[in-house]
Amino acid sequence: MPPAAPSRSDTLVALRGVSKTFANGTLALKGLDLDVRSGEFVSLLGPSGCGKSTALRIIAGLSEPSEGAVEWTATARRPESESRIGFVFQEPTLMPWASVADNILLPLKLKGTAADKAGARVDAALDRVGLRQFARAYPRELSGGMRMRVSIARALVTEPALLLMDEPFAALDEITRFKLNNDLLQLWQGLRTTVVFVTHSVFESVYLSSRVVVMAARPGRVFTELSIDAPYPRDQNFRTSAEYAAFCRRASEALAQAMSSQAMAAKGEP
Amino acid sequence: MNAPRSTREHRERMLRIALPIVVLALGLALWEATVRIENIPPYVLPGPALILRTLVADWALLFQSLLVTLTTTVEGFLLATLGGIGLAVLFNQSRLVEYSLYPYAVILQVTPIVAVAPLLLIYLPQQAAVLACAWIVAFFPVLANTTLGLNSVDRNLADLFALYGASRGEILWNLKLPSALPYILGGLRIAGGLSLIGAVVAEIAAGSAGAGSGLAYRIAESGYRLNIPRMFAALLLLSVAGIVIFYLLSLVNYLALRRWHESALEAER
Repeated sequence: MPPAAPSRSDTLVALRGVSKTFANGTLALKGLDLDVRSGEFVSLLGPSGCGKSTALRIIAGLSEPSEGAVEWTATARRPESESRIGFVFQEPTLMPWASVADNILLPLKLKGTAADKAGARVDAALDRVGLRQFARAYPRELSGGMRMRVSIARALVTEPALLLMDEPFAALDEITRFKLNNDLLQLWQGLRTTVVFVTHSVFESVYLSSRVVVMAARPGRVFTELSIDAPYPRDQNFRTSAEYAAFCRRASEALAQAMSSQAMAAKGEP
Repeated sequence: MNAPRSTREHRERMLRIALPIVVLALGLALWEATVRIENIPPYVLPGPALILRTLVADWALLFQSLLVTLTTTVEGFLLATLGGIGLAVLFNQSRLVEYSLYPYAVILQVTPIVAVAPLLLIYLPQQAAVLACAWIVAFFPVLANTTLGLNSVDRNLADLFALYGASRGEILWNLKLPSALPYILGGLRIAGGLSLIGAVVAEIAAGSAGAGSGLAYRIAESGYRLNIPRMFAALLLLSVAGIVIFYLLSLVNYLALRRWHESALEAER
């Protein structure tokens, strides 16, 4: 596949020829090239085992590439960002012993933000996800969707230049998921941040993204990519439109091709 | 729908309290009756009434001894808490220290304390030897549980701390110790009872050497004098002390965990 087409947007961070081999010999990624452009919402779409979560962890610096490099564009870093990355895991990953407010405070606390300033930021983050009245609640007292909101609020409290999300809504019911999809789009537009969103749902990736990167497995690599040229803000009308259905069909076809290419590659092996 | 269920729960709770009391009363009545009908002499088996009278008559002496034993128990327990948690944190921070010392912690644990106590009494002043026994018995469950807790940190939370550049100290204080808290409290609940056992074992060993004034020493001494009612009275006090320690630590456990940990939550049925 040819590399990503040049864009007028600036590149925020790029993976250059990234390969990752795990200690047990599994080749998770091979020669992955990916440009994340400032301000875009890009989804990594692919079957299980295509290394999309690994790619996300490498961008976050939680995992080191075996080969290749992660290149950050220095100018892309926003001055008000105390942390350039926010990360939302598959599970809400909250500290069960701490209140909602203390969970959201954690990144600021670890960054040594002054208490009075941090308090105001936590309040703002709570307002953003509509959980102000639950500040003193404990995670287990909340529903799954609310916990995920707390997790998103925590990731955004440092106002990161880049928000990385690893299948954050996979465990939620569809109604909650649709609601959180809409809220996430609003947050993304309001904060003008950049999002890399890992998912195995065609419909979710098309609904949210300005660009969908389709990945194939064994070894994990970029198969192709689709530009979702539908205007934001997107809402229920977009979700039921013929345009949306057409994008979903194209994305599904691309995913099917990615999976058959990986089946052929598997057959080709001795 | 709701009302009958809550009355049923209420009755269930009453039964849980009432049944053991009924069993106790029946057992005591049977005991007392057997002793009276069979005319068993008190130096063979005293009845509950006589034991109670002895407890009241010897209260000053026994209470003094209870305080001695409890002091040893509490000191042993506090040292075990400090030592167990401290050592576990040290092991967690340094693999080399863990490799060097862990086998010896295990040896201390598996060697029967009854066999070690006489040796300790030779080399240490008596008070220190008794305390050392209480500590040796009690510290291992704290160490083992704390180690387990410190290693049971949620991987994603650990990643999150790494992402924000947390220092080792911050990770220990804000992540590992809170994660370990339920395990630590579980260890403390075991250690409370064990430190009482350690204190008693050491007092008995010391008692045979002819010194000491704790409750266990009273039991040994009363045995030599065939004062069986006093043996039972002292034993009763020891049991009550053990029960109080257990429930106090359970209360601490509940208060610390009730807002967030599964173990302390009330089931919603």
